[in-house]
Amino acid sequence: MLDNRQTERLEAEAANSAKLRQPLYAARKKIFPKRATGSFRRFKWLVMAITLGTYYLTPWLRWDRGPFAPDQAVLIDLANRRFYVFFIEIWPQEFYYVAGLLVMAGFGLFLITSTVGRAWCGYTCPQTVWVDLFLVVERAIEGDRNARMKLDAGPWSARKLVLRTAKHFIWLLIAVATGGAWIFYFSDAPTLFHDVFTGSAAPVAYITVAVLTATTYTFGGLMREQICTYMCPWPRIQAAMLDESSLTVTYNDWRGEPRSRHAKKVQAAGQSVGDCVDCNACVAVCPMGIDIRDGQQLECITCALCIDACDGVMDKLGKERGLISYATLDDYNANMALAMTGGATLVNPSLVRTADGRFIDNLAHFQLRKIFRPRIYVYTGLWSLVGIGLLYSLMTRNRLEVNVLHDRNPQFVTLSDGSIRNGYTVKLLNMIPEPRTIVVTMQALQGADMSVVGDDIAAGRSFAIPVEPDRLKMLKIFVRQPADQIHGAAQIFTFRVEDKASFESDEYTATFNAPETAR
Amino acid sequence: MSNNEHIDEVSGVSTTGHDWDGIRELNTPLPRWWVVTFYVTIVWAIGYTIAYPAWPLLNSATKGVLGYSSRNQVKNDLAVAEAAKGKYVEAVGSKSVSEIAADDGLREFAVAAGGAAFKVNCVQCHGSGAQGSKGFPNLNDDDWLWGGKAEQIQQTITHGIRFASDTDTRISEMPAFGDIITPDQIAQVSAYVASLSGKVQDASLIEPGAKVFAENCVACHGDNAKGNKELGAPDLTDAIWLYGPGETAIAAQVRAPKQGVMPAWIGRLGETKVKELAVYVHSLGGGE
Repeated sequence: MLDNRQTERLEAEAANSAKLRQPLYAARKKIFPKRATGSFRRFKWLVMAITLGTYYLTPWLRWDRGPFAPDQAVLIDLANRRFYVFFIEIWPQEFYYVAGLLVMAGFGLFLITSTVGRAWCGYTCPQTVWVDLFLVVERAIEGDRNARMKLDAGPWSARKLVLRTAKHFIWLLIAVATGGAWIFYFSDAPTLFHDVFTGSAAPVAYITVAVLTATTYTFGGLMREQICTYMCPWPRIQAAMLDESSLTVTYNDWRGEPRSRHAKKVQAAGQSVGDCVDCNACVAVCPMGIDIRDGQQLECITCALCIDACDGVMDKLGKERGLISYATLDDYNANMALAMTGGATLVNPSLVRTADGRFIDNLAHFQLRKIFRPRIYVYTGLWSLVGIGLLYSLMTRNRLEVNVLHDRNPQFVTLSDGSIRNGYTVKLLNMIPEPRTIVVTMQALQGADMSVVGDDIAAGRSFAIPVEPDRLKMLKIFVRQPADQIHGAAQIFTFRVEDKASFESDEYTATFNAPETAR
Repeated sequence: MSNNEHIDEVSGVSTTGHDWDGIRELNTPLPRWWVVTFYVTIVWAIGYTIAYPAWPLLNSATKGVLGYSSRNQVKNDLAVAEAAKGKYVEAVGSKSVSEIAADDGLREFAVAAGGAAFKVNCVQCHGSGAQGSKGFPNLNDDDWLWGGKAEQIQQTITHGIRFASDTDTRISEMPAFGDIITPDQIAQVSAYVASLSGKVQDASLIEPGAKVFAENCVACHGDNAKGNKELGAPDLTDAIWLYGPGETAIAAQVRAPKQGVMPAWIGRLGETKVKELAVYVHSLGGGE
């Protein structure tokens, strides 16, 4: 038997012991952004009005295209596979224009990000704009930050119920309007508007509205900053886009630290004190709920509301604005070096000020020319190049086309008089919304003539045929060449189509096959 | 939280408490909405396995309360497709082939339907492009043994050619002239026939050949050798030869003619399908 008294107690702990266990998920920390006022806020209101206005109103703009095409300025007519944008009409095979626009959007995003940081995120991203809109509603109903926090912490009461119901109701209305506006891009807006409310619209319209209502409400009202933090790839990519010369929202430690709530008391004690009074105004207004004083971080969408908040405080304290400002990393580092002269590890704000309290002269300030660096020219150049290419292609594109498909099975048919016949599927594309008469002519291929299946057109080398507006006309054409005129197993010839009224034309080079032994 | 929580010095984030040779794992908890989404997918999956066929049993699987099966879906989809073309099928059934061929919409339907039926029933002999081969007529050209009008083509498809079990089948029995005329005469008549559409090696055979032809062949092929579609006798003056051009091939066919058989399709395909096929074949480019 073992003697218990001699058994040593080992230092061990079960890996999953209750003491070590930690929560597997993190609850969202509620954010109650405070209303900000200032120039950036005003700019954001303007951007919001323009972007939302564009989104909601564009489908209702009219554009006269004559009797044979819809008069909606912007219409994505999926059913008929036509895309209308003001004076431009795009057929599906011209979708590269859309691809080109996306390439331009990509370069534009690079350009903007490398110059002014995540301006897309902070001002124009739909997520930001709609969250802003939802916050306006929340603020109007529940009050500003403190009132909202109090309401949220308080027990359920009749008042809380009414306020919350009203808020979510209005959010849902906005969500429905958002989802609703989307479908008008895909069908004639006034007609669809009527149909939607009389219940006679297509099921897909209602499903689209429902899905977009759900996403708008969830993303804009419930998830908000979590979309940017957890779901969006752009905050991850932006790190690769920014460099030392990019403008980003920056807390200027070199004049702010050491921060203190009791600046006078600390100063009286003979210690140096920075401009930051640690009022947390920048944190309170942040829609992402972060502290910009922790430095540039993934969550920051650079909406610049903290700049507005801090500038307001600085004004009140009679200090210079710009404790939080748009600054480049280069300028920030230069100023930090000034504030930490002599191998100091802590900022000494008195180093950046003269004896009478003004900033010293050799502080780095933002200069516009710093933005213009090689990559900006490259981005601008590529962006313009694609744009000019698209414009050129748009101006010179053909609105009359012919496509020819040679029958392959059989490639040729020997007729009773020994002549050889080839079949072709000829497609005439009248890409303008007006009816046209198209003249189809054969060029080269001696002695041959063509006949059109199903049409009372006499066999010959040329015929005129009406084509409906904005339509493709498909013809089955038999080309026949007498045996004694055949020169080789594969002869090249041309189908030429022309609109005699506008002199627009197109050609297609086709092959005429004959058996090796036909001659 | 526990008192022996370990905080990573560099990141300031707590670790999971696991320690592998001094390497610790940062505890980065999932956001709650993510966890909620995860549970929602589980609930959805359970609901799905109840609503749809899912769990394997010994000899079958659970049926699901919605009673869905992919086989039924195909059946329903086919029924919808059948119903959608119902009015065309009805029109094809009630109209004559030439009426169908004259009606743009109906012709388009019949050509598509006939084309599909052709791919299943006819390509084995006539080829996938209806271009035929030796002994099997090319249906694209303008040379017809039994007539190239839509009704004549319908008649051919309906009853077949030399198809013994159909009493209305088209029959042409060219005798084996090897037993009737001499080999010299066969050479002569072959040269004559070949000369009608091309060149021959020995022009001296043509004249006696014409005499042999007049004595033996004109009854069916006609004085001018243009053939007779009533009898299925081919036109011998054109460039199209079912069993090959040239004197040798012609001679072989005179001596002991090959006679192809085409089955009657009415029993297998029914009248509507045969009409669609007739319109399709008529549309290939040689229809009269």
